[in-house]
Amino acid sequence: MGLDRRKFLKIVGLSTLFGLGGKAAIDMFAPGELEASVETIPLTAGKRWAMVIDVHKIDETIIKKCVEACHREHNVPDLESKKEEIKWIWKEDYEHSFPGRHHEYVGEDVEHGSFLLLCNHCSNPPCCRVCPTKATWQREDGIVMMDQHRCIGCRFCMAACPFGARSFNWGDPRRVLEDKDLKELNPDYPTNRDYPTRSKGVVEKCTFCAERLAKGQLPACVEAANTVKKDALVFGDLDEPDSNVRAVLRNHYTIRRKPELGTNPNVFYIV
Amino acid sequence: MYDGGKIITGLIIGIGLFLFPFYYNAGKAAKAPDPELTAKAKEAKECVMEKAYMTANHFSLLDEWRHTVVRDADRYYTAKNGKVYYKSLQVTCLDCHSNKSKFCDKCHDYVDVDPYCWDCHIEPEEKK
Repeated sequence: MGLDRRKFLKIVGLSTLFGLGGKAAIDMFAPGELEASVETIPLTAGKRWAMVIDVHKIDETIIKKCVEACHREHNVPDLESKKEEIKWIWKEDYEHSFPGRHHEYVGEDVEHGSFLLLCNHCSNPPCCRVCPTKATWQREDGIVMMDQHRCIGCRFCMAACPFGARSFNWGDPRRVLEDKDLKELNPDYPTNRDYPTRSKGVVEKCTFCAERLAKGQLPACVEAANTVKKDALVFGDLDEPDSNVRAVLRNHYTIRRKPELGTNPNVFYIV
Repeated sequence: MYDGGKIITGLIIGIGLFLFPFYYNAGKAAKAPDPELTAKAKEAKECVMEKAYMTANHFSLLDEWRHTVVRDADRYYTAKNGKVYYKSLQVTCLDCHSNKSKFCDKCHDYVDVDPYCWDCHIEPEEKK
Protein backbone atom coordinates (compact mmCIF):
# COMPACT_ATOMS: atom_id res chain seq x y z
CA MET A 1 0.00 0.00 0.00
CA GLY A 2 1.17 3.50 -0.77
CA LEU A 3 0.62 6.60 1.28
CA ASP A 4 -2.95 7.44 2.02
CA ARG A 5 -4.12 11.01 2.31
CA ARG A 6 -4.24 10.97 6.10
CA LYS A 7 -0.71 9.70 6.47
CA PHE A 8 0.57 12.12 3.88
CA LEU A 9 -0.97 15.09 5.66
CA LYS A 10 0.41 13.90 9.00
CA ILE A 11 3.92 13.69 7.61
CA VAL A 12 3.70 17.00 5.81
CA GLY A 13 2.25 18.71 8.91
CA LEU A 14 4.84 17.26 11.21
CA SER A 15 7.74 18.00 8.95
CA THR A 16 6.65 21.60 8.50
CA LEU A 17 7.08 21.94 12.26
CA PHE A 18 10.69 20.87 11.93
CA GLY A 19 11.29 23.00 8.90
CA LEU A 20 11.45 20.09 6.51
CA GLY A 21 9.50 20.03 3.29
CA GLY A 22 8.55 18.21 0.14
CA LYS A 23 9.78 14.83 -0.95
CA ALA A 24 12.73 14.88 1.47
CA ALA A 25 10.36 14.71 4.44
CA ILE A 26 8.39 11.82 3.05
CA ASP A 27 11.59 9.96 2.20
CA MET A 28 12.71 10.38 5.80
CA PHE A 29 9.54 9.29 7.57
CA ALA A 30 8.17 6.78 5.09
CA PRO A 31 11.06 5.71 2.91
CA GLY A 32 10.22 4.21 -0.45
CA GLU A 33 6.49 4.65 -0.08
CA LEU A 34 6.03 7.63 -2.32
CA GLU A 35 7.34 5.76 -5.35
CA ALA A 36 5.27 2.75 -4.41
CA SER A 37 2.12 4.79 -4.26
CA VAL A 38 2.76 6.08 -7.75
CA GLU A 39 3.07 2.51 -9.02
CA THR A 40 -0.20 1.32 -7.53
CA ILE A 41 -2.40 3.63 -9.56
CA PRO A 42 -5.54 1.61 -10.38
CA LEU A 43 -5.88 0.03 -13.81
CA THR A 44 -8.28 2.69 -14.97
CA ALA A 45 -5.99 5.63 -14.26
CA GLY A 46 -2.87 7.01 -15.89
CA LYS A 47 -2.75 4.39 -18.60
CA ARG A 48 -2.82 4.69 -22.32
CA TRP A 49 -3.93 1.63 -24.20
CA ALA A 50 -2.49 1.18 -27.66
CA MET A 51 -2.27 -1.37 -30.42
CA VAL A 52 0.51 -2.19 -32.84
CA ILE A 53 -0.44 -4.04 -36.01
CA ASP A 54 2.37 -5.82 -37.83
CA VAL A 55 1.38 -5.61 -41.46
CA HIS A 56 4.02 -8.19 -42.43
CA LYS A 57 2.48 -10.75 -40.16
CA ILE A 58 -1.15 -10.31 -41.10
CA ASP A 59 -2.78 -11.67 -44.22
CA GLU A 60 -6.29 -12.01 -45.56
CA THR A 61 -7.04 -14.97 -43.30
CA ILE A 62 -5.98 -13.21 -40.14
CA ILE A 63 -7.83 -10.05 -41.09
CA LYS A 64 -10.97 -12.06 -41.74
CA LYS A 65 -10.55 -13.83 -38.43
CA CYS A 66 -10.12 -10.58 -36.53
CA VAL A 67 -13.13 -8.94 -38.12
CA GLU A 68 -15.25 -12.00 -37.51
CA ALA A 69 -14.12 -12.37 -33.90
CA CYS A 70 -14.88 -8.73 -33.16
CA HIS A 71 -18.21 -8.60 -34.93
CA ARG A 72 -19.38 -11.86 -33.39
CA GLU A 73 -18.31 -10.73 -29.93
CA HIS A 74 -20.22 -7.48 -30.22
CA ASN A 75 -23.27 -8.58 -32.18
CA VAL A 76 -22.39 -6.49 -35.21
CA PRO A 77 -24.62 -7.68 -38.03
CA ASP A 78 -23.72 -7.93 -41.70
CA LEU A 79 -26.22 -5.57 -43.34
CA GLU A 80 -25.06 -6.22 -46.90
CA SER A 81 -25.43 -2.68 -48.23
CA LYS A 82 -22.40 -0.43 -48.03
CA LYS A 83 -24.57 2.52 -47.09
CA GLU A 84 -25.89 0.89 -43.94
CA GLU A 85 -22.71 -1.00 -43.09
CA ILE A 86 -21.80 -1.23 -39.41
CA LYS A 87 -18.11 -1.80 -38.81
CA TRP A 88 -15.93 -1.88 -35.73
CA ILE A 89 -12.86 -3.26 -37.47
CA TRP A 90 -12.42 -3.65 -41.19
CA LYS A 91 -10.09 -4.27 -44.12
CA GLU A 92 -8.82 -1.48 -46.31
CA ASP A 93 -6.16 -1.03 -49.00
CA TYR A 94 -2.98 1.00 -48.59
CA GLU A 95 -4.06 4.03 -50.57
CA HIS A 96 -7.18 4.54 -48.49
CA SER A 97 -5.59 3.63 -45.17
CA PHE A 98 -2.73 6.08 -45.56
CA PRO A 99 -3.82 8.75 -48.02
CA GLY A 100 -1.00 11.06 -48.99
CA ARG A 101 1.61 8.36 -48.57
CA HIS A 102 0.69 6.65 -51.78
CA HIS A 103 2.82 7.06 -54.91
CA GLU A 104 3.05 5.15 -58.13
CA TYR A 105 6.32 3.37 -57.32
CA VAL A 106 5.29 1.97 -53.99
CA GLY A 107 6.12 -1.74 -53.66
CA GLU A 108 3.50 -4.23 -54.75
CA ASP A 109 3.28 -5.91 -51.34
CA VAL A 110 2.35 -2.62 -49.80
CA GLU A 111 0.19 -1.27 -52.58
CA HIS A 112 -1.92 -4.39 -52.82
CA GLY A 113 -1.56 -5.30 -49.18
CA SER A 114 -4.49 -5.32 -46.81
CA PHE A 115 -4.62 -3.21 -43.72
CA LEU A 116 -6.68 -3.76 -40.64
CA LEU A 117 -8.38 -0.57 -39.56
CA LEU A 118 -10.26 0.24 -36.39
CA CYS A 119 -10.93 3.16 -34.09
CA ASN A 120 -7.57 4.76 -33.32
CA HIS A 121 -8.54 5.74 -29.77
CA CYS A 122 -6.82 9.04 -30.40
CA SER A 123 -5.23 10.89 -27.53
CA ASN A 124 -6.83 14.04 -28.88
CA PRO A 125 -10.15 12.69 -30.11
CA PRO A 126 -12.18 15.15 -32.22
CA CYS A 127 -15.27 12.95 -31.90
CA CYS A 128 -15.41 13.56 -28.14
CA ARG A 129 -15.00 17.28 -28.57
CA VAL A 130 -18.07 17.57 -30.76
CA CYS A 131 -20.39 15.18 -28.93
CA PRO A 132 -23.17 17.33 -27.45
CA THR A 133 -24.23 14.78 -24.83
CA LYS A 134 -20.85 13.33 -23.87
CA ALA A 135 -22.09 10.00 -25.12
CA THR A 136 -18.60 9.50 -26.44
CA TRP A 137 -15.73 10.51 -24.24
CA GLN A 138 -12.17 9.60 -23.43
CA ARG A 139 -11.61 7.40 -20.42
CA GLU A 140 -8.64 7.92 -18.18
CA ASP A 141 -6.95 4.91 -19.71
CA GLY A 142 -7.19 6.52 -23.15
CA ILE A 143 -10.06 4.45 -24.50
CA VAL A 144 -12.52 6.49 -26.51
CA MET A 145 -15.69 4.99 -25.13
CA MET A 146 -19.29 5.01 -26.30
CA ASP A 147 -22.29 5.27 -23.98
CA GLN A 148 -25.18 4.01 -26.08
CA HIS A 149 -27.62 5.06 -23.37
CA ARG A 150 -26.74 8.67 -23.99
CA CYS A 151 -26.26 8.80 -27.75
CA ILE A 152 -28.91 10.89 -29.48
CA GLY A 153 -27.76 9.98 -32.97
CA CYS A 154 -26.76 13.46 -34.11
CA ARG A 155 -23.74 12.01 -35.97
CA PHE A 156 -21.48 14.96 -35.20
CA CYS A 157 -18.85 12.43 -34.12
CA MET A 158 -19.02 10.71 -37.48
CA ALA A 159 -18.38 14.00 -39.20
CA ALA A 160 -15.53 14.76 -36.82
CA CYS A 161 -13.75 11.42 -37.06
CA PRO A 162 -11.20 11.56 -39.88
CA PHE A 163 -10.84 7.77 -39.90
CA GLY A 164 -14.39 6.68 -40.67
CA ALA A 165 -14.33 4.56 -37.56
CA ARG A 166 -17.93 5.24 -36.58
CA SER A 167 -21.09 3.71 -37.96
CA PHE A 168 -24.67 4.85 -37.62
CA ASN A 169 -27.62 2.56 -37.08
CA TRP A 170 -30.02 3.70 -39.78
CA GLY A 171 -32.40 0.99 -38.66
CA ASP A 172 -32.86 -1.40 -35.80
CA PRO A 173 -30.02 -3.92 -36.11
CA ARG A 174 -32.42 -6.61 -34.95
CA ARG A 175 -34.24 -6.38 -38.25
CA VAL A 176 -31.81 -9.05 -39.43
CA LEU A 177 -33.92 -11.47 -37.41
CA GLU A 178 -36.97 -10.74 -39.55
CA ASP A 179 -35.63 -9.74 -42.95
CA LYS A 180 -35.27 -12.85 -45.09
CA ASP A 181 -32.14 -11.86 -47.00
CA LEU A 182 -30.37 -10.47 -43.96
CA LYS A 183 -31.27 -13.51 -41.89
CA GLU A 184 -29.38 -15.65 -44.36
CA LEU A 185 -26.28 -13.50 -43.88
CA ASN A 186 -26.59 -13.59 -40.09
CA PRO A 187 -27.99 -17.03 -39.30
CA ASP A 188 -27.03 -17.07 -35.63
CA TYR A 189 -27.56 -13.39 -34.77
CA PRO A 190 -27.25 -12.28 -31.96
CA THR A 191 -23.97 -14.14 -31.80
CA ASN A 192 -23.03 -13.18 -28.25
CA ARG A 193 -25.95 -13.31 -25.85
CA ASP A 194 -23.83 -11.75 -23.09
CA TYR A 195 -23.41 -8.51 -25.01
CA PRO A 196 -26.17 -6.10 -26.01
CA THR A 197 -27.11 -5.16 -29.54
CA ARG A 198 -27.70 -1.54 -30.45
CA SER A 199 -30.93 0.24 -31.24
CA LYS A 200 -32.01 2.37 -34.15
CA GLY A 201 -30.47 5.83 -34.24
CA VAL A 202 -27.24 5.41 -32.30
CA VAL A 203 -23.62 5.55 -33.40
CA GLU A 204 -21.30 2.68 -32.59
CA LYS A 205 -17.63 1.84 -32.91
CA CYS A 206 -14.75 -0.16 -31.49
CA THR A 207 -14.28 0.25 -27.72
CA PHE A 208 -10.93 -1.61 -27.49
CA CYS A 209 -13.08 -4.32 -25.88
CA ALA A 210 -13.46 -2.36 -22.65
CA GLU A 211 -15.69 -5.12 -21.28
CA ARG A 212 -13.01 -7.74 -21.92
CA LEU A 213 -10.19 -5.63 -20.51
CA ALA A 214 -12.20 -5.28 -17.31
CA LYS A 215 -12.05 -9.05 -16.97
CA GLY A 216 -8.35 -9.14 -17.78
CA GLN A 217 -8.84 -10.47 -21.29
CA LEU A 218 -7.20 -9.12 -24.43
CA PRO A 219 -9.38 -7.50 -27.10
CA ALA A 220 -11.17 -10.05 -29.26
CA CYS A 221 -9.25 -9.15 -32.43
CA VAL A 222 -5.87 -9.47 -30.71
CA GLU A 223 -6.82 -12.82 -29.28
CA ALA A 224 -8.09 -14.05 -32.66
CA ALA A 225 -4.96 -12.90 -34.49
CA ASN A 226 -2.68 -14.46 -31.90
CA THR A 227 -4.23 -17.89 -32.40
CA VAL A 228 -2.92 -17.79 -35.97
CA LYS A 229 0.27 -15.78 -35.69
CA LYS A 230 1.88 -14.61 -32.49
CA ASP A 231 2.33 -10.86 -32.09
CA ALA A 232 0.55 -10.01 -35.32
CA LEU A 233 -1.46 -7.62 -33.19
CA VAL A 234 0.14 -6.35 -30.00
CA PHE A 235 -1.94 -4.65 -27.35
CA GLY A 236 -0.56 -2.91 -24.30
CA ASP A 237 0.07 0.18 -22.29
CA LEU A 238 2.02 3.04 -23.88
CA ASP A 239 2.47 4.72 -20.53
CA GLU A 240 4.60 1.88 -19.23
CA PRO A 241 8.18 2.14 -20.59
CA ASP A 242 8.76 -1.62 -20.35
CA SER A 243 5.49 -2.68 -21.88
CA ASN A 244 5.16 -4.97 -24.89
CA VAL A 245 3.90 -2.19 -27.17
CA ARG A 246 6.72 0.14 -26.19
CA ALA A 247 9.26 -2.60 -26.94
CA VAL A 248 7.72 -3.23 -30.36
CA LEU A 249 7.64 0.48 -31.12
CA ARG A 250 11.30 0.81 -30.14
CA ASN A 251 12.42 -2.01 -32.39
CA HIS A 252 10.33 -1.32 -35.50
CA TYR A 253 9.54 1.60 -37.74
CA THR A 254 5.85 2.33 -37.40
CA ILE A 255 3.38 4.70 -38.98
CA ARG A 256 -0.01 5.96 -37.93
CA ARG A 257 -3.01 7.05 -39.96
CA LYS A 258 -3.17 10.76 -40.79
CA PRO A 259 -0.84 11.93 -38.02
CA GLU A 260 -0.76 15.40 -39.62
CA LEU A 261 -4.27 16.04 -38.31
CA GLY A 262 -2.97 16.07 -34.76
CA THR A 263 -5.46 13.61 -33.31
CA ASN A 264 -2.57 11.50 -32.03
CA PRO A 265 -3.80 8.00 -32.91
CA ASN A 266 -2.91 5.09 -30.63
CA VAL A 267 -3.01 2.41 -33.29
CA PHE A 268 0.38 1.88 -34.95
CA TYR A 269 1.32 -0.02 -38.09
CA ILE A 270 4.61 -1.75 -38.73
CA VAL A 271 5.11 -1.45 -42.49
CA MET B 1 -87.02 26.33 -19.96
CA TYR B 2 -87.51 25.65 -23.66
CA ASP B 3 -87.25 22.02 -24.71
CA GLY B 4 -86.64 21.06 -21.08
CA GLY B 5 -87.60 17.42 -21.64
CA LYS B 6 -85.09 17.01 -24.48
CA ILE B 7 -82.28 18.67 -22.53
CA ILE B 8 -82.83 16.62 -19.41
CA THR B 9 -83.12 13.40 -21.40
CA GLY B 10 -79.93 14.33 -23.22
CA LEU B 11 -78.19 15.08 -19.96
CA ILE B 12 -79.25 11.79 -18.44
CA ILE B 13 -78.07 9.87 -21.50
CA GLY B 14 -74.83 11.84 -21.51
CA ILE B 15 -74.07 11.26 -17.86
CA GLY B 16 -75.08 7.65 -18.25
CA LEU B 17 -72.62 7.17 -21.09
CA PHE B 18 -69.93 8.91 -19.11
CA LEU B 19 -70.47 6.70 -16.08
CA PHE B 20 -70.89 3.52 -18.07
CA PRO B 21 -67.24 2.41 -17.90
CA PHE B 22 -67.22 2.81 -14.12
CA TYR B 23 -70.45 0.90 -13.77
CA TYR B 24 -69.40 -1.77 -16.26
CA ASN B 25 -66.02 -2.45 -14.62
CA ALA B 26 -67.18 -2.13 -11.01
CA GLY B 27 -65.87 -4.96 -8.87
CA LYS B 28 -63.64 -6.26 -11.65
CA ALA B 29 -60.30 -4.75 -10.63
CA ALA B 30 -57.36 -6.17 -12.56
CA LYS B 31 -55.52 -8.67 -10.42
CA ALA B 32 -52.32 -7.42 -8.83
CA PRO B 33 -49.41 -8.88 -10.74
CA ASP B 34 -47.74 -11.91 -9.31
CA PRO B 35 -44.28 -12.19 -10.81
CA GLU B 36 -42.94 -15.72 -10.78
CA LEU B 37 -39.48 -16.62 -9.58
CA THR B 38 -37.48 -19.18 -11.44
CA ALA B 39 -36.17 -22.21 -9.58
CA LYS B 40 -32.72 -20.67 -9.67
CA ALA B 41 -33.91 -17.37 -8.22
CA LYS B 42 -35.85 -19.21 -5.50
CA GLU B 43 -32.84 -21.24 -4.59
CA ALA B 44 -30.62 -18.16 -4.32
CA LYS B 45 -33.12 -16.79 -1.75
CA GLU B 46 -31.70 -13.28 -1.94
CA CYS B 47 -31.13 -10.74 -4.66
CA VAL B 48 -28.38 -8.12 -4.67
CA MET B 49 -30.50 -6.14 -2.18
CA GLU B 50 -33.54 -6.91 -0.01
CA LYS B 51 -36.68 -7.95 -1.80
CA ALA B 52 -38.63 -4.86 -0.74
CA TYR B 53 -35.97 -2.56 -2.16
CA MET B 54 -35.67 -4.52 -5.37
CA THR B 55 -39.43 -4.56 -5.90
CA ALA B 56 -39.75 -0.83 -5.42
CA ASN B 57 -36.45 0.48 -6.72
CA HIS B 58 -34.76 -2.02 -9.03
CA PHE B 59 -34.76 0.58 -11.80
CA SER B 60 -32.75 3.01 -9.67
CA LEU B 61 -30.21 0.30 -9.01
CA LEU B 62 -30.07 -0.63 -12.69
CA ASP B 63 -29.70 2.99 -13.66
CA GLU B 64 -26.82 3.39 -11.23
CA TRP B 65 -25.24 0.20 -12.49
CA ARG B 66 -25.36 1.18 -16.13
CA HIS B 67 -23.90 4.55 -15.28
CA THR B 68 -21.05 3.28 -13.15
CA VAL B 69 -20.25 0.41 -15.50
CA VAL B 70 -20.16 2.35 -18.74
CA ARG B 71 -18.85 5.67 -17.52
CA ASP B 72 -16.67 4.78 -14.54
CA ALA B 73 -15.64 1.26 -15.65
CA ASP B 74 -16.70 0.04 -12.22
CA ARG B 75 -18.04 -3.37 -13.10
CA TYR B 76 -18.39 -5.13 -9.77
CA TYR B 77 -20.95 -4.65 -7.04
CA THR B 78 -20.43 -5.76 -3.48
CA ALA B 79 -23.65 -6.68 -1.74
CA LYS B 80 -24.24 -6.09 1.96
CA ASN B 81 -23.35 -9.69 2.75
CA GLY B 82 -20.01 -9.25 0.99
CA LYS B 83 -20.95 -11.19 -2.12
CA VAL B 84 -19.54 -9.66 -5.29
CA TYR B 85 -21.70 -9.45 -8.39
CA TYR B 86 -20.77 -8.60 -11.98
CA LYS B 87 -22.92 -5.59 -12.77
CA SER B 88 -24.83 -6.64 -15.83
CA LEU B 89 -28.53 -6.79 -16.60
CA GLN B 90 -27.99 -9.35 -19.31
CA VAL B 91 -25.35 -11.51 -17.67
CA THR B 92 -26.20 -11.32 -13.97
CA CYS B 93 -29.84 -10.27 -13.45
CA LEU B 94 -31.29 -12.31 -16.28
CA ASP B 95 -29.22 -15.31 -15.33
CA CYS B 96 -31.46 -15.87 -12.32
CA HIS B 97 -34.54 -14.12 -13.64
CA SER B 98 -34.47 -15.91 -16.95
CA ASN B 99 -38.26 -15.80 -17.24
CA LYS B 100 -38.73 -12.25 -18.47
CA SER B 101 -42.31 -12.76 -19.65
CA LYS B 102 -43.39 -14.09 -16.27
CA PHE B 103 -41.20 -11.85 -14.13
CA CYS B 104 -40.31 -8.47 -15.59
CA ASP B 105 -43.26 -8.13 -17.95
CA LYS B 106 -45.85 -9.02 -15.32
CA CYS B 107 -45.51 -5.76 -13.39
CA HIS B 108 -44.38 -3.66 -16.33
CA ASP B 109 -47.56 -4.53 -18.18
CA TYR B 110 -49.71 -3.97 -15.10
CA VAL B 111 -48.41 -0.44 -14.52
CA ASP B 112 -48.11 0.15 -18.26
CA VAL B 113 -44.43 1.02 -18.40
CA ASP B 114 -42.30 0.16 -21.37
CA PRO B 115 -38.63 0.30 -20.37
CA TYR B 116 -36.34 0.57 -23.36
CA CYS B 117 -33.72 -1.74 -21.85
CA TRP B 118 -34.81 -4.46 -24.24
CA ASP B 119 -34.18 -2.36 -27.33
CA CYS B 120 -30.53 -3.31 -26.92
CA HIS B 121 -30.18 -5.79 -24.08
CA ILE B 122 -31.02 -9.25 -25.24
CA GLU B 123 -33.87 -11.06 -23.51
CA PRO B 124 -33.19 -14.59 -22.37
CA GLU B 125 -34.60 -17.35 -24.54
CA GLU B 126 -37.58 -18.83 -22.78
CA LYS B 127 -38.85 -22.32 -23.21
CA LYS B 128 -42.46 -22.21 -24.22
